[in-house]
Amino acid sequence: MKQTVEVKGQYSPGANLVIKERLVHFLFRYGTLLVIALLILFFSVTNERFLTYSNFTDILRSISIVTLVALGVTFTLIVGGFDLSVGSTVSLATIGSAAALVWYRQELLIALLIPLLLGLLVGLINSFIVVKIKIPDLLATLAVMYIVNGIQLTYTKGFSIYNNMPMADGGTAPGVFIPSFLFIGQGKLFSIPFPAILMIFFVIIVHLFLSYTKAGRLLYVTGANREAARLSGVPVERYRMYAYVLSGLFASIAGIVLASRIGTGQISAGAPLLMDGVAAALIGYSVLGQGKPNPFGTFVGAVLIGILLNGLTMMNVPYYAQDIVKGTILVAALAFTFYHKKAADFKI
Amino acid sequence: MSQLIMRNINKRFDKLEVLKNVTFSVRAGEVHALLGVNGAGKSTLMKILAGDYEKDGGTIEMDGKEIAIGSPLDAKRHGIGIVVQEVDTALFPTLSVAENLVIDDYTSGFKLSRLSWRSIRKQAEAILTEMNILLDVNKQVAECSLSEKQMILIARAMAGNVRYLILDEPTAPLSENETETLFSLIDKLREKGIGIIYISHRMPEIKRISDRFTVLRDGKQITTEEIKNATTGQIIRQMLGKSLQNVKRQPKPISPNTLLEVKKLHVPDTSKEISLKVHEGEIVGIAGLVGAGKSETAKALFGAGSAKGSWIINGKDRKIDSPYDALKHGLSLVPEERRKEGIVTGHSVAHNLSLPSLKSFTKFGWLQLKKEKVFSKDKIEQLGIVTPSEESLLKNLSGGNQQKVAIGKWISQDRNVFLFDEPTKGIDVNAKKEIFQLIDSLAGQGKGIVYFTSEIEELLLIADRILVMYDGEITSSFTGAEATRENIMQAATGGKLSETNS
Repeated sequence: MKQTVEVKGQYSPGANLVIKERLVHFLFRYGTLLVIALLILFFSVTNERFLTYSNFTDILRSISIVTLVALGVTFTLIVGGFDLSVGSTVSLATIGSAAALVWYRQELLIALLIPLLLGLLVGLINSFIVVKIKIPDLLATLAVMYIVNGIQLTYTKGFSIYNNMPMADGGTAPGVFIPSFLFIGQGKLFSIPFPAILMIFFVIIVHLFLSYTKAGRLLYVTGANREAARLSGVPVERYRMYAYVLSGLFASIAGIVLASRIGTGQISAGAPLLMDGVAAALIGYSVLGQGKPNPFGTFVGAVLIGILLNGLTMMNVPYYAQDIVKGTILVAALAFTFYHKKAADFKI
Repeated sequence: MSQLIMRNINKRFDKLEVLKNVTFSVRAGEVHALLGVNGAGKSTLMKILAGDYEKDGGTIEMDGKEIAIGSPLDAKRHGIGIVVQEVDTALFPTLSVAENLVIDDYTSGFKLSRLSWRSIRKQAEAILTEMNILLDVNKQVAECSLSEKQMILIARAMAGNVRYLILDEPTAPLSENETETLFSLIDKLREKGIGIIYISHRMPEIKRISDRFTVLRDGKQITTEEIKNATTGQIIRQMLGKSLQNVKRQPKPISPNTLLEVKKLHVPDTSKEISLKVHEGEIVGIAGLVGAGKSETAKALFGAGSAKGSWIINGKDRKIDSPYDALKHGLSLVPEERRKEGIVTGHSVAHNLSLPSLKSFTKFGWLQLKKEKVFSKDKIEQLGIVTPSEESLLKNLSGGNQQKVAIGKWISQDRNVFLFDEPTKGIDVNAKKEIFQLIDSLAGQGKGIVYFTSEIEELLLIADRILVMYDGEITSSFTGAEATRENIMQAATGGKLSETNS
């Protein structure tokens, strides 16, 4: 009871509060872009090879795969869900297309269709478990992540798939990674890497879809207030299902690009992409003050992570230590997003 | 005689005076009913006694000595216990009945050294036997019924040597049998000399179980009397007070065309059945106190409560399994919890207004944003929504304007029936007036309206026919001269049935 009196005297001066609020607001809006600019500045000063065209295309290539995964994650974040299985779905898709090409000598169409169908299937399984059985999204997709990872390992017996690999019957594999498939990850159009074009294409498509279609609007509304959406006649379960299916689909597209880029079917190749994709989508949340998951922000998030990883690699920071940096960046981005959110909520 | 007296209690929240010099006393061994309509100050008074709120003025005395209650722990130390309405908030569901009963010993920290399962069970059994409660102490609380949970809370309070016990609407979730069990337990406590403060809206129970009653109205103590000297009618009049103006709605002829009819709709959340008819241009008011099951019923009618039954809309049989179906067949719901259920606060006014009719702003899946903009600008003007622009986020608007959006989003040609659940909750007088005008004009256009509220005054102003809901069922119907506050309140508090003519 004595304390209440003391607390009353502790009002901070209003002016400081306004400045602090403005600063937080500014950082929320432009913080990510600011960090990217600072990173570019820092890496170009410390390393002369950083600002070269070939390094630029390298960064674009690596960003493109992360962006594709992150676009999928963006959909699940929009409906208020989460998908932890994207990394292993990327692996499964990579293995799927590699097996079709190398083990079964299939042409381009099949090598694309198989991973896409696998991605859709994982998405459907996720949506069934999360939406219909109602297991919390993090737990459900965590379990599916293990299942999918186990499937791709079991199918390959733990070996990667590559051209002319020895087969169980004593011979070598009948097929190879055909040039048309390799073009997806390694080719160039107008001297721009093809995966970068693919990425920009999908960022624009997803942006148009989310901002200018009924389905996009309803996805956002479902995530913003599921009960209000339901009571406004929105079939919220259906839209939540769409989000998980789209997430699986984008993970499989990323898997195709990944297989094509490295030219082999590496087992568990997608595993590190989970963290990168989720981080990109979450960082993108705040870009330009959107305050919601959005494709452009996701792209910017991927750029941030791509530049950071590239720069760190050039500085000879080992890949295992890079995870520490990635995690820290994610915490910082989330801190801004949630701190801002809380401040905004208090105002109501 | 030992008694607990709260003398000249004052309490204000910001500028709002919620308690004005309230004096209230309970004697040992009596059941004292604390009565009043919503917002009369009952909860605030009890929260002060239980140490949840601090009083701004007045004294609390026990056995002639002043006591200081600054925290729930203080209240407990002085022997004041409370059994809250939401029993689950006070229990640990994964622990056993025994552990829940002796939990106060855990927290007091003295007996930790000799914590043995056998002694816990023994202690718990002793507590239950003393109060004649039949309950397996090894059962997990999560598996207990609501009434069992209440028993546990009462027993726990008794184990803590409570001398005065507050029961907040204890019978609201109970069946008749369970209520009987509770009453025999209350009788036993009374014999032991415990003073019981009994909060309830149910008049028959109050007449049966209590010795004295106190009525609060607008934060003032109106009366304290022996219950046997008062009639239900008198008590209700004291709760309601004199009405400032008895503005009555002019009766208007009601079209014979039925817009919506439900027959024996089973509402799972109340486990009761409901039948209802709404005619063209008719405003049907449904009065009921808090906990009568209004919101549950409103949602069930809208397909949001997995209710079973038949809907006849415009003469056609319809199946409504979800709000999506309800929307398709021309029903609209303005739910009670505006921010949680009625609007999407993080989206713009335009997005909210167009949400139920988004289909008409879509061509081949693409949104026609210009059309949406024009539409929302029209709506904003038409409804008088005060907002900087149609693109402003809804969370930046005032409650009344948010409510106009929550209603306005449904207004279109193909909507026939509007369900309103407490539409004036938390909005100012002017907005209230505007919303009444809006509802009236909807009825004027031939729409059917069902208006659920606990504010009887509002129904007298706006409804053509007033139905009263009690414990999940519609128990009576009033029109014309019969529709008085006293009659409606009597029915809403479980008074005897008036003739029904629905």
